Amino acid sequence: MSDHHEHEHDHDHPGEPGSPLADTDLRVRALESLLVEKGLVDPAALDALIDAYETKVGPRNGARVVARAWVDPAYRARLLADAKSAIAELGYQGRGGEEIMALENTPKIHNVVVCTLCSCYPWPVLGLPPVWYKSAPYRSRAVLDPRGVLREFGLELPPHVEVRVWDSTSEMRYLVLPERPEGTEGMGEAELAELVTRDSMIGVARVKSPGKGGRR
Amino acid sequence: MNGVHDMGGMHGMGPIVREENEPVFHHDWEGRVLALNLAAGALGEWNIDMSRHARERMPAAQYLAASYYEKWLYGLELLLVERGLLTREEVETGRARGGASGKRVLRAADVEKVLTEGRGFKLPDDGAPPRFKPGDRVVARNIHPTGHTRLPRYARGKRGVIDRDHGVFICADANAQGLGPKPQHLYSVRFPARELWGAGASPRDAVYVDLWDDHLDPA
Repeated sequence: MSDHHEHEHDHDHPGEPGSPLADTDLRVRALESLLVEKGLVDPAALDALIDAYETKVGPRNGARVVARAWVDPAYRARLLADAKSAIAELGYQGRGGEEIMALENTPKIHNVVVCTLCSCYPWPVLGLPPVWYKSAPYRSRAVLDPRGVLREFGLELPPHVEVRVWDSTSEMRYLVLPERPEGTEGMGEAELAELVTRDSMIGVARVKSPGKGGRR
Repeated sequence: MNGVHDMGGMHGMGPIVREENEPVFHHDWEGRVLALNLAAGALGEWNIDMSRHARERMPAAQYLAASYYEKWLYGLELLLVERGLLTREEVETGRARGGASGKRVLRAADVEKVLTEGRGFKLPDDGAPPRFKPGDRVVARNIHPTGHTRLPRYARGKRGVIDRDHGVFICADANAQGLGPKPQHLYSVRFPARELWGAGASPRDAVYVDLWDDHLDPA
């Protein structure tokens, strides 16, 4: 299932009877009904929470932070010194990123973020994490073999680059500030933000030069 | 606890599978599970560290087979039952016994405020004196608590250097047990890749782990 239409469709067609999905779907609906009946949750609040993560909080927020840092050296300095305040300047803060630090990628240092124990991720700037970030293959190997993991993402780092893996074991969350690609000298902030991918802000990709195609 | 959730450094989990243009939720129920967790969490009956520990207590074989939101559903059901908000029978049958709770619940009008304000994990800097300063050499304690801990197994007994002091934070390990915030300094500790993984690792690379005073000794 990869588009919104199929996703909305689920509501009418919960899946094959007896499939794990059907069971889980029914179980969740039953739990929600119970909690509503018991006066423990308000269904309108559930809708508002889902709407926030589907429409308001996502990697476009982080892309705006990165683009601002690329065009405004004073902002970049503030971001690296106190990311929480600098990110709040753009209106992003709160749940799942109460404390946040920016990690600057340079030609000599490459930062990449993981959460080996669960799936901690900087929600206010990147939204909810993708499935691969939450998966056992990434969580298990990112600390042990970061260069191999990055290679799986198509990023081959030369031996002279220092790889720093950040294991998000606390409520401090990490946002990678990727390198500004070549060929973007004349571009404005909004245009630059369009180039910045989610994966580049986790540290598993570089931001590609415009015209080279491929964003994720 | 030495659970399967603590998987840093393990082999055999397979290739990393990515999805182009991945939706925020793959099924409606995933969004409902996320929202139910956040809304039920707002009742104040448990904290985030208790939530994490509840998910970690999913039986290991089930944990490895479960999707992220299946783990969140498991943890939520466990906490609701343990806190007495629902009975196991109610969860399994979907039929309510007894009346409404009368608790103050999260309302839609307050959702934006709750998400924007977040929670206060960082405490005033004068809440506890730091045991270490940047540059100090430390060793992560070789501990194996049966409860929740944020000290991953791969770092235990390993030597690192304090890279920075994040300030005073709620101690997750204590908070998960309901022992209160136990305020103490949280540090980013740099462990050279070769200290963690031996001579086969890159001599340049390093892993940074956020650890509390309770996790560290001077080296």
